[in-house]
Amino acid sequence: MIPAEFDYVAPSTVEEAVRALRDAGEDAKVLAGGQSLLPVLRMRLAAPSTVVDLGKVSEMRGVREEDGNLVIGAMTTHHEVVRDGLVNEHASLLALATRTVADPQVRHRGTLGGSLAHADPAGDLLAPVLALEGEMVLAGPQGRRTVPADEFFVDHFTTAVGPEELLVEVRVPKHTGWSAHYEKFNRVAQAWSVVGVAATVLVEDGRIARARVGLTNMGSTPVRAHGVERALLGASPTGEAVRRAAERAHEGTSPGSDASADADYRQHLAEVLTGRALATAAGV
Amino acid sequence: MTATPVSPSEPEIGRARRRKEDARLVTGRTRWTDNMSLPGMVHLAVLRSPVAHARISAIDTTEARRMPGVHEVVTGADLAERQGSMPCAWPVTPDMKTPYAPALAVEEVHFAGEAVAMVAARSAAEARDALDAIDVDYEDREVVLDVEAAARDDSPLVHEELGTNRSATWTFDSAEAGTGGDVERALRDAEVRLDRTFRQQRLIPAFMEPRSVLVDPTGEQYTVWSSTQVPHILRTMIAMTLGVGEHKVRVIAPDVGGGFGGKLQVTPEEMLTFLMAERLGRPVKWTESRSETMVSAHHGRDQVQRLSLAARADGTVTGLKVDLLADMGAYLRLVTPGIPILGALMFNAIYKFDSYRFTCTNVFTTKTPTDAYRGAGRPEATFAIERMMDELAAELDMDPLEVRRRNWINHDEFPFDTVAGLTYDSGDYEAATDRAVEMFGYQQLRDEQLRRRQRGDTVQLGIGVSTFTEMCGLAPSRVLGSLSYGAGGWEHSQVRVLPTGKVEVVTGTSPHGQGHVTAWSQLVADRLGVPFEDVEVLHGDTQSSPRGLDTYGSRSLAVGGVAAVRASDRVIDKARSIAAHLLECSEQDLDFSAGRFSVRGTDRGMALTEVALAAFTAHDLPEGVEPNLDAEVSHDPENFSFPHGTHLCAAEVDTETGRVRIRSYVCVDDVGTVVNPLVVEGQVHGGLAQGIAQALYEEAVHDEDGTLTTATLADYLVPSAVDLPEFHTDRTETDATSNPLGVKGVGEAGTIASTPAVVNAVVDAIRHYGVTDVRMPCSPQRVWRALSGARASSATAAESGGGLGSVDPDQPFPTGGDR
Ligand SMILES: Cc1cc2nc3c(=O)[nH]c(=O)nc-3n(C[C@H](O)[C@H](O)[C@H](O)COP(=O)(O)OP(=O)(O)OC[C@H]3O[C@@H](n4cnc5c(N)ncnc54)[C@H](O)[C@@H]3O)c2cc1C
Repeated sequence: MIPAEFDYVAPSTVEEAVRALRDAGEDAKVLAGGQSLLPVLRMRLAAPSTVVDLGKVSEMRGVREEDGNLVIGAMTTHHEVVRDGLVNEHASLLALATRTVADPQVRHRGTLGGSLAHADPAGDLLAPVLALEGEMVLAGPQGRRTVPADEFFVDHFTTAVGPEELLVEVRVPKHTGWSAHYEKFNRVAQAWSVVGVAATVLVEDGRIARARVGLTNMGSTPVRAHGVERALLGASPTGEAVRRAAERAHEGTSPGSDASADADYRQHLAEVLTGRALATAAGV
Repeated sequence: MTATPVSPSEPEIGRARRRKEDARLVTGRTRWTDNMSLPGMVHLAVLRSPVAHARISAIDTTEARRMPGVHEVVTGADLAERQGSMPCAWPVTPDMKTPYAPALAVEEVHFAGEAVAMVAARSAAEARDALDAIDVDYEDREVVLDVEAAARDDSPLVHEELGTNRSATWTFDSAEAGTGGDVERALRDAEVRLDRTFRQQRLIPAFMEPRSVLVDPTGEQYTVWSSTQVPHILRTMIAMTLGVGEHKVRVIAPDVGGGFGGKLQVTPEEMLTFLMAERLGRPVKWTESRSETMVSAHHGRDQVQRLSLAARADGTVTGLKVDLLADMGAYLRLVTPGIPILGALMFNAIYKFDSYRFTCTNVFTTKTPTDAYRGAGRPEATFAIERMMDELAAELDMDPLEVRRRNWINHDEFPFDTVAGLTYDSGDYEAATDRAVEMFGYQQLRDEQLRRRQRGDTVQLGIGVSTFTEMCGLAPSRVLGSLSYGAGGWEHSQVRVLPTGKVEVVTGTSPHGQGHVTAWSQLVADRLGVPFEDVEVLHGDTQSSPRGLDTYGSRSLAVGGVAAVRASDRVIDKARSIAAHLLECSEQDLDFSAGRFSVRGTDRGMALTEVALAAFTAHDLPEGVEPNLDAEVSHDPENFSFPHGTHLCAAEVDTETGRVRIRSYVCVDDVGTVVNPLVVEGQVHGGLAQGIAQALYEEAVHDEDGTLTTATLADYLVPSAVDLPEFHTDRTETDATSNPLGVKGVGEAGTIASTPAVVNAVVDAIRHYGVTDVRMPCSPQRVWRALSGARASSATAAESGGGLGSVDPDQPFPTGGDR
């Protein structure tokens, strides 16, 4: 498994990285943790002229609080997200979902930004970021811009990131006090999701005050289960309420078919797993 | 299990010795073929067809030849006169159809992944780059993918020149063979008749070390290093296929990282590397990527199995008819056509059936060739019969263990001549089953199953049984001859006591992960009474180990280990004559124990070490005795060995998602005498993992164009330790009587036994919804669909037990819980 030849640059700031991308021209590729890019290069599914390695861009790594948001650097590894105190406190859904990604080796290399920019519909971190109403901060030759999650994911493996742009950080509104669960359904432990459900709820005075549900692998982009969320509002967190709400999980989905699952089975799974995710999140 | 501390007086056999091999393997200090590098060596890369069936109308290599570092680019047309046809050593019938099988396709490709051109370059990267510059024009032909459709007369042909896709039809009939009755009659007279069709999916052996070959043509002999299970066979086959003198070829299998039958092969790439080295006159190395392994190394299983079983209402089976379609893939590789036939002798399993008929039709498709994969023929047979026994139990509302008891060979009935014509030498199915039932907590689990059914739990519980036997220790040469196999089944060993008393054991078996070096050391240390550490085992090089038939079919211990022991005995005989001469007594007066000859009734004696030195100095040897303490034996086994065991699986099925979780797995295997319990345990664990993988996870899938869609390990689901249950294992030890050690094979037992245990458990969990089968692998979706289908049709389904035919409905059957 030998990739085609490419040039390699390793900038140390965002600015340099953007410049490197522009200089390298159209078929340059950004390298984050390499857990998706390297297989693609080795199987020669892509042959970029230049690889821009972000490994040395330290400003893109780490988690901080800013204006009521959590700001997670794109180069923060899965392992760091899982361990991070701020993420666990204010966006526990993301920490829980990240725990289900692959195996420890991959989690030590792979990054949040890489997962989101790669935009594999089976990736486990897209739905949580969508459900948490995250925003992506992109840097390009014209400076920075912010794109909300529901505009960021465009199609299979396609995002709003332009050819000369970088995903720099992810801003996630704090969901302090929300309980959460990520229900991942896969075939063997280190495999990708057949379907995944990201659910987080805020229970106040014995009622579900707010609910956010995102679905993994139920279409070419992650899907927000608005119908489910609406059905939960104001409900008391009971098994029955959760089950009834979960019946709407298939709405707005358009899953594909593959060797593990056909579309109708995926829609069925989405309902069952949404019920389970909500039940665990709401503690029923 | 942990290694036990060693006391010098304890025998080596039975001791849980840590493996001698492990230190270098686990610290990465070993050398695999791909780690080797020779002066002047160039790297080979192989271009593979992306399409399943096409004529090659043109290949343009001009640009590739101009690429940096490239030494040579070769196409099939360049080799047409030189490369011969890849060997098949098993013509199962005299009229078997065998297609021309060039190592490098010449005019036509017959599967996606077939080699069409090769490049030798200074570096592996340059060789790989040059592949992209080769331009091949393919003229598509019709693909042939489904084995049932391929077997029909109206199917497009894989090999036009053969005029058919059917390679051979092989039949065994107990009435004709005189080993039993007429199966058609049994089916006619049956009180209960069951007809079922099972599908053995296509599997990929998925050994850990990808294949690699290095050929050095610069010496007087060609030296070939290959990641192979079969260095001896490879040497002979290189000679026969390429017309090189066998004496001019030396083959070395260095440490080999797993095979599972996948490296019981003589590969096109071995021939191609050889031919490129011959062409360039310099060393050439080829190492494949995982993607190449998946599409071009042979696959396993892939059969359609149709079975009809005749039984009496009390559960006694009277006859079994088996009709197989076996998918050969595009070509007949080394033993491809014989794999399903190996199962022919095993469908009757541990049972006393009166009549039996087996027919297998071998069929070509435009897919990767199939061949041996762990168990080779016996897992297929065991799966089918063990599924049938559970189906029979369900049909008769009997406990599946009770159905088996009613039919199996009792321990006092051995040796037993089976309806398939084999003689089982020994076994105790009762003992293994009793122990397994006890460890499993069979009744408690049945009770829980009943409670869950009554409550209508989302998660249902099922119990699967597999009481298996298999034939291994391949094989008595006369039996192989009767099956038209192209070689014998003997094994060779030489034992040499060096002048200092240290011992070298040469074996013709070729371990690739099994731990033969440790086990053979134990065997010979015991026999010669020397320390375990003083024994070195030499193998895997046709120069140091010139005779042998290598490692597969759970043969190494039962055939090769026995050869080493017999050679040790010959060494002792020879030493005895020298010792008697030096001690001035008769040979009959000498006792040999713990490495020492002593003159009976005296305190005089001599250590084997001293005899070895005396043999070396040769100053004073008896008349006619040659000055060495070496002996060798080519051992041909008198019979197969027949390990058996009882495997019980409890599986939970989530009826909402279809997911299967193995709750508990118990197996009690009887592999006869155990030489090293650690090694045996390792073989059982690995075997179980692979058998369970067939039941639940693995499947090679092709799309409608014949492209393998499960061509990476992200898509081909090999389970890891976290996906598998804890294995509760135990053993009974019923010694084989067909060899002096009492040993049987263990390498394939776990794989053979576990698949039906798991599938039986899955079906048992949801049978009360009307499900009678789930196709392998029992993926969540398949289980869910089986449930949905059964629920949908339950309104119109006959009452349970409605298929009993002529049975008196008032007859009270023994029942096994809520079945
Ligand atoms: C064996 C295995 C199992 C896996 N299982 C799972 C799983 O279960 N669930 C799951 O979600 N994922 C899984 N993954 C993928 C893993 O999460 C990867 O880490 C992730 O998909 C990509 O992250 P990365 O940092 O490695 O990105 P890379 O592989 O380096 O890059 C991926 C793509 O994103 C682009 N990119 C990366 N960073 C940026 C950036 N900052 N700005 C713009 N573009 C960028 C790259 O150019 C490339 O196209 C698995 C991977 C492996 C190898």
